[in-house]
Amino acid sequence: MEQRDLRALEEQCIQECAPPCTAACPLHVDVRAIAAEAARGDLDAALKALRKTVPFPGLVGRVCEQPCRPVCKRGEAGESIAIAALERACADYGALKAEKTRALPKRNHHVVVVGGGLSGALAAHDLARKGYTVCLYEALDPVGGSLWSYPEEVLPHALITQELNVLETLGIEFHLNTRVGVDLTLDALREEHEAVYLALGASATETFGLELDERGRVKIDPITYATSRAGVFAGGNMIRGPEGRSAIQSLADGRRAAISIDRYLQNVSLTASRSGEGSQTSCLYTRTDDVAPLPLVPMASPADGYTRPEALAEAQRCLQCQCLECVKVCEYLEHYGRYPRKYVREVYNNLSIVQGTRTANRFINSCSLCGLCAQVCPTDLDMGAVNKRARQAMVAQGRMPPSAHDFALRDMAFSQSAAFALARNAPGADASDYVFFPGCQLAASTPSHVRAVYDYLGGALPAGTRVGLLLGCCGAPADWAGRADLAKSAWEELREQHAALGRPKVVLACSSCHQVFRQNLPEIEVVLVWDLLAKHGLPGLGARPGQGQTVSVHDPCTTRQEAGVHANVRALLTALDYQVAELPRSGARTTCCGFGGAQWLANPEVTRKVVARRVQEGPADYVTYCAMCRDVFAREGKRTLHLLDLVFGHPGQPGGPGPNWSQRHENRARVKRQLLKDIWGETMDGQAAYESIKLLVSEEVRARLEARLILDEDLQRVIEHAERTGRRLLQPQTGRYVASYKPTAVTYWVEYTPQAGAFLIHNAYSHRMEIVEDEPAAGQGGVA
Amino acid sequence: MTGTVHTAPLPDLLCARCNVPLQLAKVNVAYLGNAFPVELPKCPKCGQVYIEEALALGKMVEVEQQLEDK
Repeated sequence: MEQRDLRALEEQCIQECAPPCTAACPLHVDVRAIAAEAARGDLDAALKALRKTVPFPGLVGRVCEQPCRPVCKRGEAGESIAIAALERACADYGALKAEKTRALPKRNHHVVVVGGGLSGALAAHDLARKGYTVCLYEALDPVGGSLWSYPEEVLPHALITQELNVLETLGIEFHLNTRVGVDLTLDALREEHEAVYLALGASATETFGLELDERGRVKIDPITYATSRAGVFAGGNMIRGPEGRSAIQSLADGRRAAISIDRYLQNVSLTASRSGEGSQTSCLYTRTDDVAPLPLVPMASPADGYTRPEALAEAQRCLQCQCLECVKVCEYLEHYGRYPRKYVREVYNNLSIVQGTRTANRFINSCSLCGLCAQVCPTDLDMGAVNKRARQAMVAQGRMPPSAHDFALRDMAFSQSAAFALARNAPGADASDYVFFPGCQLAASTPSHVRAVYDYLGGALPAGTRVGLLLGCCGAPADWAGRADLAKSAWEELREQHAALGRPKVVLACSSCHQVFRQNLPEIEVVLVWDLLAKHGLPGLGARPGQGQTVSVHDPCTTRQEAGVHANVRALLTALDYQVAELPRSGARTTCCGFGGAQWLANPEVTRKVVARRVQEGPADYVTYCAMCRDVFAREGKRTLHLLDLVFGHPGQPGGPGPNWSQRHENRARVKRQLLKDIWGETMDGQAAYESIKLLVSEEVRARLEARLILDEDLQRVIEHAERTGRRLLQPQTGRYVASYKPTAVTYWVEYTPQAGAFLIHNAYSHRMEIVEDEPAAGQGGVA
Repeated sequence: MTGTVHTAPLPDLLCARCNVPLQLAKVNVAYLGNAFPVELPKCPKCGQVYIEEALALGKMVEVEQQLEDK
């Protein structure tokens, strides 16, 4: 990932964008923070948050025109928050701790502000805070300008005096009853001061010989508020005129002019990076269609504003706008406590680190790569794509933790081995029109379905259609593991087998295989079994096993973009006489079961959360059309059926837990052996020596083996090696043997007792760390 | 795995091939190019080493993960 890719991804996540209220406010008052503090009942903290942006918090709540209110998201679920009234309550009831006036480093520049209204007062305040020596000229006495025109009940005069007192404490020099343009000239002021801010108010007629706009008002640069004369700036109602009067805009103008004057005096660009100032449209997305409407909290006495309890209640209506659309739907993104803008930086740092701990390895490998985040993201940010690229980069750097995907890759290797892999045309045919590719997990989970679908195809497709069989792996585990090398060779092999079969149409029974074929083998025509069933009809016409029963469909995450598949599956269920109660997240917004991306291997804790959330989303039995989804939910006790269980029946207990990891291998091997024998009349070659080792495994030990991902073939290899070489340890009191063997990367230990030609297993465990033996005995390569 | 890891007391195990009890001895264990000396039960004759379950699933996994994230 390049740094500019990181920046682009960070930009794409909008969670940190200012909420609509703050963005619309020309001063960017942090209304969300104010409401959060007020909602907690801490009006002191709320006032502090307001004071951070506005030095006259008591005034703003009473005079602000509230450009924030029309855009308040609460307005989409009730009424907009009474923001100004809330600010007024903060000022009325909150108390500020005596602020330590920081000794500002004095700057050797003199600035003059002409006009003591809101705009001039804020400019004078900001410039004084920056350390400039500020003189304030005001035509009347006292300062305040148009603030004095508000009725006493709206804006008590004592409050104006009290709030503007901050200017005196900042050491601003007041020149009252002095009319610039009459009592002294702009030239005279300009001679003694390096910069001037003109903020004479709406009724000002003096234009100081400056260039004017078409309305006859002083012309200013819209970004910097510079007039035609160097060092002279102008803003506020003087520029806007009586028709454009605005208290909040006047304040914002004062701030913008102060920024320009500061830059002018520091001799830096007046225009650079100023696009964020002033009123903006928020880029934050906040969903409100699931928010219960709440009406405005009324005031018992409108003239007095909110009481303290009323203010608290109003503040509690604030939605505390944020996006988090992806985090809300994804247990994985939720689990790590942050959001994609933060996550992409962690991924980037993880890939960039030279020395030290890569703290995001587990994060990167815990994503199911299902793409739900992109589906719900207002800007289509896909953390799955980010994580997949990161895994490929980790592999390329030699930094992928070997343990992360090892089990899945070995499972894939098994499916590609002679134990399962097979490519055959129909008996007697030298090419195929269709070939059935059941994938690895359907064969592992319910081997009888492979034969059933194969037979169905022979019967349902037009007479004379030649249907072949292709057993193997689509390469998805390698793709998920970031192993581009292994994935590519899997696809190359499939391409060659497909060509050798005469380039038939490939019938798939797994949506992950389907996705892999579509993305990586686009030249191969593919079709899903469900689509064929919908097109050619169900076998056993008239059978309607559903009897009106209600089920919920879990769409596999790899069908997210396959609306046609979703429709066909539901049509099949209707034809089977089932009622479908849709889950809240289905179709394009369906979830992963936790198997995708090998999440379950990298982070079982996250997968537990994923599955726990999914299985309680609907009370009815689930029907899915992915063998892994089915087995994952069923293992957690949720009765889940495969669509093919309904179509073809299930030989065992439909809806119950699926086979264990060892049985999954055996089932695949059995599918091949059986179909070769039954359809092609071939028998398979003999087994490896270890395969004849008979194991006795109690349920308790089996559960432990499952959790530790130890297969029967691992145990068989250890025992076969130990018994053949004699290399084993003995516990004399119990007669148990302990032996270890390292077939490839993992060393397995088994405690066992030989028992009447079989081996009773007491325990097994494994580790990846190697024992470096100093006396390796010849011919015993086991423990290297 | 800094320094030496001391395992539980010597288990009551014989090397089934040499028919002698195991003795604690210094053994090197390695992962991802990093090697560490550990004291482990070992056959004094043929060198067969024993790693007990608690070590394999405890400290060893911990160190494996640390090294994988380095």
